[in-house]
Amino acid sequence: MSRIHVTTTVNGDETEFLCDAEATLLDVLRDELGLTGTKEGCGTGDCGACSVTVDGRLVCSCLMLGAEAEGREITTIEGMAAGEVLHPLQQKFIEMAALQCGICTPGILVAAKSLLERNPDPSEEEVRYWLAGNLCRCTGYDKIIRAVMETAADLRRAS
Amino acid sequence: MRYEAPQDVEAAVRILAAEQGAYVLAGGTDLLVKLRSDMIEPEVVVDIKRIAGMKAITAEDGGWRIGAAVSGAEMGEHASLVADWPGVVEAAGLIGSTQVQGRATLAGNLCNASPAADSVPAMVAAGAVVRVVGPKGTRDVAVIDIPKSPGKTTLEAGEFIASVFLPARGTRSGDAYLRFIPRTEMDIAVVGCGISLSLDEEGRVTAARVALGAVGPKVILVEAAAAAIKRRVLDEATLSDLAEACSKAATPIDDKRGTVDFRRHVAGVLARRAAVIAEARAKGEKA
Repeated sequence: MSRIHVTTTVNGDETEFLCDAEATLLDVLRDELGLTGTKEGCGTGDCGACSVTVDGRLVCSCLMLGAEAEGREITTIEGMAAGEVLHPLQQKFIEMAALQCGICTPGILVAAKSLLERNPDPSEEEVRYWLAGNLCRCTGYDKIIRAVMETAADLRRAS
Repeated sequence: MRYEAPQDVEAAVRILAAEQGAYVLAGGTDLLVKLRSDMIEPEVVVDIKRIAGMKAITAEDGGWRIGAAVSGAEMGEHASLVADWPGVVEAAGLIGSTQVQGRATLAGNLCNASPAADSVPAMVAAGAVVRVVGPKGTRDVAVIDIPKSPGKTTLEAGEFIASVFLPARGTRSGDAYLRFIPRTEMDIAVVGCGISLSLDEEGRVTAARVALGAVGPKVILVEAAAAAIKRRVLDEATLSDLAEACSKAATPIDDKRGTVDFRRHVAGVLARRAAVIAEARAKGEKA
């Protein structure tokens, strides 16, 4: 069976890969492109560990075929920091200990960044609903929510 | 498995009609789960998102035509659509997480044919009509006529839904959808209820459609419920009659999400609450 040739943009770089028709975008990111920051949790769109953005839209990369990425712009957790400089959300997650085992963290950071781009001043309720599809079995969520709220406040002050 | 992304409807229909094991891919939030759990083994997956119009929300005859690949998030961001059909948009918005909303579609929710599909009772209440394309041409079908039984639709071989049409929203009209789940987010409806109604200047109901989900093998259009509220103002007596009609029309099963008695009761409660929201919207109040 011939593999599908896909040209896409990942974290701003034009990228080509070959994939099987069955391969998900998550499979491609991790196994073809070596971008293992994006995690596989459930593989059924329930846990959000595989969150990425496609043309600016937050999606589960486990629920999208790699072949669908043709011509799209994909952003993963690897595209979040500017070189050695962490994104404010990443910095705040460390400062406020908003992570424990870390498996859910890349997905939560990508999802939270997507929220703050759309809504720089979300209420706690809005943050909780936005992140309802990102499961964390360690933290109990409170520190995550507080870190997102604090980052939003910092970014508002800075702008 | 092969992956095809045809550029037009004709090409998509040709592929779908030619192969038994052909599946349509729009948002993929159900298809990918089935694919990965080996519930289905497609010969070919036909991605319809490269076809013109599939991602478009277009004004038509006073109503809205929504392409089969338009996501819940895109609908929620369309202010004019939300203003006309808030109940349909909210129902679609209840499906899954923010991530799922980035991909999940009305047409996919309908074709997945789950009895608990959230957007389907709202579309039935709205009188939505889908445009079906296939080897024999194009036909328009009422949403209520698409689901056949759990997981099965009335679509024929080679056919797929190209768009969903929500008709013109009349004056003093409103819709609403409510579901019961035991938590606040990310769950499957135990009962769902969609209502669309129009009022006269005195607040009496001139037209109504009431639909229930998750209380039968497919969505139920409850004509007795609409009849119970027609030509009446939505006072306590009217709302009680509406609730009773819905409880009576529900034909649920016992399962892990709810018992028969509970679901019958909740069908009435949701109908009553949804009617109040739809009424407020019809009167131009915020709800």
